[in-house]
Amino acid sequence: MAAEESTIDPMHQFQIDPIVGSLGSPFAFTNSALWMMIVLGAILVFMLGGMKRELVPGRWQVMVEGITGFVSSMIDTNIGPEGRKYLPWVFTVFIFILFANLMGMMPFGVVPGVHPFTVTSQFTITGVMAIISFSIVLVVGFWRHGLHFFSLFVPKGTPWPLLVVIVPIEFISFLVRPFSLALRLFVAMIAGHILVKVFGSFVVAGLNAEGLMGPGIALLSFVFIAGVSALELLVCAIQAYVFALLTSLYINDAVNLH
Amino acid sequence: MDLASAQVIGAGLAAIGVGAAATGVGNVFGSFLQGALRNPAAADGQQGRLFIGFAAAELLGLIAFAVAMIILYAR
Repeated sequence: MAAEESTIDPMHQFQIDPIVGSLGSPFAFTNSALWMMIVLGAILVFMLGGMKRELVPGRWQVMVEGITGFVSSMIDTNIGPEGRKYLPWVFTVFIFILFANLMGMMPFGVVPGVHPFTVTSQFTITGVMAIISFSIVLVVGFWRHGLHFFSLFVPKGTPWPLLVVIVPIEFISFLVRPFSLALRLFVAMIAGHILVKVFGSFVVAGLNAEGLMGPGIALLSFVFIAGVSALELLVCAIQAYVFALLTSLYINDAVNLH
Repeated sequence: MDLASAQVIGAGLAAIGVGAAATGVGNVFGSFLQGALRNPAAADGQQGRLFIGFAAAELLGLIAFAVAMIILYAR
C-alpha cells in the first residue's frame, strides 16, 4: 500500500499475537484467548456478586436481576412458554457479547504497551456463535416437525404462481441468517474501533505537527473520540441485544413455525 | 492507474453505500418516533420491532463498509 499506511494503522489493534506457542500450532494461547478469559472473569465477578439471594436485594443483585429478567422476558415475548429451555443459550450469548464488547472499550491504553482487544471483532468467534444459534434452530425444527419444517418457506395463502418465486427467495434468506448474525456484530465492532483509532492517529499527528493548527485539530479530534466512544458503548449494548433478540426470533420460527 | 490508487478510489465509492444505509436507519427510527408520538401507550410494546428494523438496515450498511475494507486491503 502507499507510504501513508505506516502513519495511520487502524488495523494493528485486531492483530492476534501468540503469548504461549507459535501461531501455526492449534494450541497456541493467543491474546484473543487471554481476553476471552478476562471477559469470563468479569462475567463471573458480575454474576456471582449478585447471586446472594437476599430477600430485599442490594444494588448489585438488582443489576444482575435486571439483566436476567430482561433476557427472560425477551424469550417469553418472542418464543412463548416453551422458550424456557433456550434461556441458557440466549443468556450466554447476550452476556458474553455484552461483556466482550465492553472489555474492548475499556481504557487499558493508559498503561503503556497495553491495548484492549475486542474478542467479538474476530469473525471466527462471532461465526461460531452464529453457527451454534443456527444449529439449534435446525435441530429443534427438524426434531419437532420433521419434514413439515419446510412449510416455514411457504407463507400461508399465497397463490400458486407466486410460490415458485417466493419459496427460493425465502429459502435463500433463511440460509443467509447465520452469516448475517455473525457479520453484523463483527463489522459493527470493527467499524467503531477503526473510527476511534483513525481519529486517535489524528490526535498524535496534530500534536506532532509544527504550526498553529496542530493542537487545535488534536483537541477537536479528542472531543470527537470522546463522543464516538460514548456512542460505541451504546452500540455495544445494542449489538448484544440484537444478537440475542434475533436468536430468539429464529428459535421461535423453529419452535412455532409461524 | 496503479493498484493502490484504484483501491483507494474503490473504497471511497463503496463508502457511499454506508451513507445510503444511514438514510435507512434514520428512516426506521424516524417512523418509530412519529408513531410513538401519536400513540405513546403503544410505543413500548413495539420497541423489539424497532431494534429488529434497525439491525436489518444497519446490516446492509455494514456490508457496504465490509466491501470497502476488502477493496482497500486486498493484495
